[in-house]
Amino acid sequence: MISLAGRDILHSWGKFIFTGMGLGLLIGITLSMAGIYRGMVDDAKVLLDNSGADLWVVQENTLGPYAEPSSIYDDIWRGISGMPGVAQAANITYLTMQVRRESGDVRAMVAGITPGGPGIPGWPPFLVAGRQITRSHYEAVADIASGLKIGERIKLRRNHYTVVGMTRRMVSSNGDPMIFIPLKDAQEAQFLKDNDAIWAQRRRTAENPAFNRPGVPGLLDAIIASQSINPYVNAVLVRVEKGHDPEDVAESIRRWKRLTVYTRSQMEEILVGKLIATAAKQIFMFLVILSLVSSAIVAFIIYTLTMGKIREIAVLKLIGTKNRTIIGLIMQQSIALGLIGFVVGKISATLLMAPIFPKYVLLEPLDSAIGLVAVIIICVLSSIVAIRAALKVDPAEAIGG
Amino acid sequence: MKKLPFQKRTLALLSIIVPLLLLFIYAALYSGPLAPVAVVLTTVDNKSISPALFGIGTVEARYTYRIGPTYPGRVKSVNVDVGDLVKAGQVLGEMDPVDLEARIRAQIAALKRANAQLREAQARKDYAQAQASRYEELFKARSTSKEIAAAKRQDLLVAKAAFTAAQEEVSRLRADLNALKAQLRNLALVAPADGLIVSRDVEPGTTVVAGQAVVELIDPDTVWINVRFDQIRAHGLASGLPAQIVLRSQAGKVLPGRVLRVEPLADAVTEETLAKVVFKTIPDPMPPIGELAEITVNLPSLAPCPVIPNAAIRIIDGKIGVWQVTGRKLSYIPVSLGISDLDGYVQVRKGLKVGDRIVVYSENALSKHKRIHVVDHIPGVKQ
Repeated sequence: MISLAGRDILHSWGKFIFTGMGLGLLIGITLSMAGIYRGMVDDAKVLLDNSGADLWVVQENTLGPYAEPSSIYDDIWRGISGMPGVAQAANITYLTMQVRRESGDVRAMVAGITPGGPGIPGWPPFLVAGRQITRSHYEAVADIASGLKIGERIKLRRNHYTVVGMTRRMVSSNGDPMIFIPLKDAQEAQFLKDNDAIWAQRRRTAENPAFNRPGVPGLLDAIIASQSINPYVNAVLVRVEKGHDPEDVAESIRRWKRLTVYTRSQMEEILVGKLIATAAKQIFMFLVILSLVSSAIVAFIIYTLTMGKIREIAVLKLIGTKNRTIIGLIMQQSIALGLIGFVVGKISATLLMAPIFPKYVLLEPLDSAIGLVAVIIICVLSSIVAIRAALKVDPAEAIGG
Repeated sequence: MKKLPFQKRTLALLSIIVPLLLLFIYAALYSGPLAPVAVVLTTVDNKSISPALFGIGTVEARYTYRIGPTYPGRVKSVNVDVGDLVKAGQVLGEMDPVDLEARIRAQIAALKRANAQLREAQARKDYAQAQASRYEELFKARSTSKEIAAAKRQDLLVAKAAFTAAQEEVSRLRADLNALKAQLRNLALVAPADGLIVSRDVEPGTTVVAGQAVVELIDPDTVWINVRFDQIRAHGLASGLPAQIVLRSQAGKVLPGRVLRVEPLADAVTEETLAKVVFKTIPDPMPPIGELAEITVNLPSLAPCPVIPNAAIRIIDGKIGVWQVTGRKLSYIPVSLGISDLDGYVQVRKGLKVGDRIVVYSENALSKHKRIHVVDHIPGVKQ
C-alpha cells in the first residue's frame, strides 16, 4: 500500500515545502504574539517575585506602589517589624526616570533598597555579573537590558553612581530595566530637584515675608532645611514568618497600623488585572485575529492545492477509488502542511523573532503544545472545504475537461 | 537512471526535513523555560578580608564664631570681607552708637545732680546732728521739754536716712554710666580668635537684633568632616582608625585622614552613627565648608577564613544559603555569614568549606531540578 498523499507531496515537494515555510512564518508570528502577551504578564510577575516580599504595605487607600503613587513615612517599618508574624520588613522606593549616562540616556525604574545585604526584601535575588551593593551610598546594580556595564558611572539627578553589579530579567511592569541604589540616595533622588529649581525655591521662600521675619534670625534657614528633606518611602516590603498566613498578618497590619496591605495574589491582581490589562487585551485581540487569519490562509492554501490537482482526483474517482481514500489524501496533506508550518513557525519564533523584540517574549512550552493542537484542528477544519470540492467533482472531467 | 531522480528528490527532501527537525528540537529544549540555566561557578576561598566602612559627610569647621552685637542696633561699619584672615582682638566692625553718647552725657549730668543732692543731704544731716546734741544737753539741764528733744532725735534719723539714699543714688547713677560706657566699648565687633571670615551677613545701615550674626568666623586649622555612617554598617567604628577622604570636587584623589571621635549621640531619625574625621594635613586651598566628602574607614584585616562573593547569596524559604554544585547536581546549602568587606566578599561561618564549588552568577532563578550549563560569563553581559 503506497501513501497517495506522500506520493503526491513528493511529486511537487518544492512547492509544498515552500508553502509550508510561508505558513510557518505566519504561525511563527502568531506564536511570538502569544509570547509577547505571556512576556507582559511575566514582566508583572517577575517584578513581584524579585521583590522577595509576601506583603506590600502602602499608603492608605492607594493601589501602590506600582499602580498608583504611594508615600508613607520611612520609620513606619519599625512598627511593622514588631507585628506578630512579620519576619522582615524593609523600606523601598520606586521611581521611573531617564538615567543619564555618558552617551545618551536610558529609561529605567530606580529602586531604592534598604541597606544591609542580600536577602533583605527588595534586593535583587541573583546577579549575572559583578557584586551586590556594599556601600550605603553611590553604588548601583543595573539590569543588563539597560545596556549599562560594570564600572560605568551613571547620573541620577545630581549624584553619580558606579555600576557594581548586573541583573537579568529585573524589570518593571512596563518592561523597563531596573536599577537598584541604596535607599537614602533614592529618597534623595526622588525628591531632589535640579539645582536651578532649588535656588528658585530658596529665593521664593526668602521673599515670603512670613518666613523671612526681621525679628527672628534663623527662621529662614530652618524653613529651607525643612523643605529639603524627604522622610518618605513608597512602600514597606514584608516577609512573613513561616507558619503564618500572609492574609492574617496583612489584616492585623491593616487594623492596627491603618495602612493598606496587599498580599502577593492581590498585588498580582492589581498588576495583571489593572495595570497591564488594556495593553494585554490589545495584544490578546491581535493574537485572536492572527489565529483567524492564519486558519483562513491555511484553508485557502489547501483549497488551491486541491483545485490544482482536481483532474487527478477526477481520474482517481474514475478508476473507482473510494471517497475515504480521497478524503485521506487531502487531509493528510493538510496536516503535513500544518506540521511543517508549525515546525518552521516554532523555530522562527524561538530563534529569529523572540531575540529581536525589545521587550521580553516568553514562549511557554504549553503554549507551543496548544499551538500545535490548534494548528492541526485548523488544518483539519480548513481541509473540509477542499474535501467537499473534491468529492463533488464529476469523474467525467478526467476525460472531458 | 529512472530511480536516480526519485532518490535525489528523497535526499533533497531529507536534507530539508532533518535539519528542520533538529532545529525544532534544539529550539524546544534549549531556549525558553526548558533550557538549561547558564551559571558561573566559583570556589570557596580561604582568604583574609579587610572590612571597611563607608560613609558620607560634609566639611565643617570645628569652631565657628558668629559675631554680632549684644544689643539691638544699627550696623555702622563692617571692616572685613569674606576670605579675610583676622587676628584675635581685631575689630571686625562697629555698631552705630545712635544716641548712646547723648545718653552718657545725660547720665554724667544726672550724676552731678545726684552729687549735689548728696551734699545737700550731708548738710541737712550735719545740722540735724548739731540740733540733736544741743537739745540733748538742754534736756539734761531741764531747760526744754522731753517732746522737743525727741523731735530733734527723730529729725536726725530722717536726715541720716536721706543721706544714705542720696549716697546710693550716686552709686546707681555711676553704675548706669559705667554700663553705658561698656555698651559704647561693646559697639566694636571684635574677633575672639584668629580665623577666617566665611560670611558677611549684613551690610552697614542694617538694623540687627541682639544675637544676630553680622560676620561669621571659622578657625581654618580645625576643619574636619562630619561623617554619617549607616548604623547597619557602622560596626567597628572607633576613634583613631585611618580613613580615606575623597572630596566631591576631587573625585579619584584620596586624602589621608583619621577618625577623631565617634559621637555618643546617633541620629535616631536617619538611623545613622555620626563621627568626626580629620585630615592628616588640611589640603591647600582649604576645601569649602559644606563640601560633600566620601569617607572610607579601613578596619584591621581579619584572620583568613572561608569567604564567598556576596553575589552568590540566595534566599529560599526565608533561609540564607548558596547553591552548591557537586558534579552536575545542584543542592541548596543554608549558610551563616560573618563580616563582609566593601569589595563584596563575605565570611562564611557555617555551611561551606574551602574548595566547595558554588554558583555565583546565574542566568535565571535556580531550583533543585534545573539543568545547569557552566559558562565563563553569562551571555549578554558586556565585559
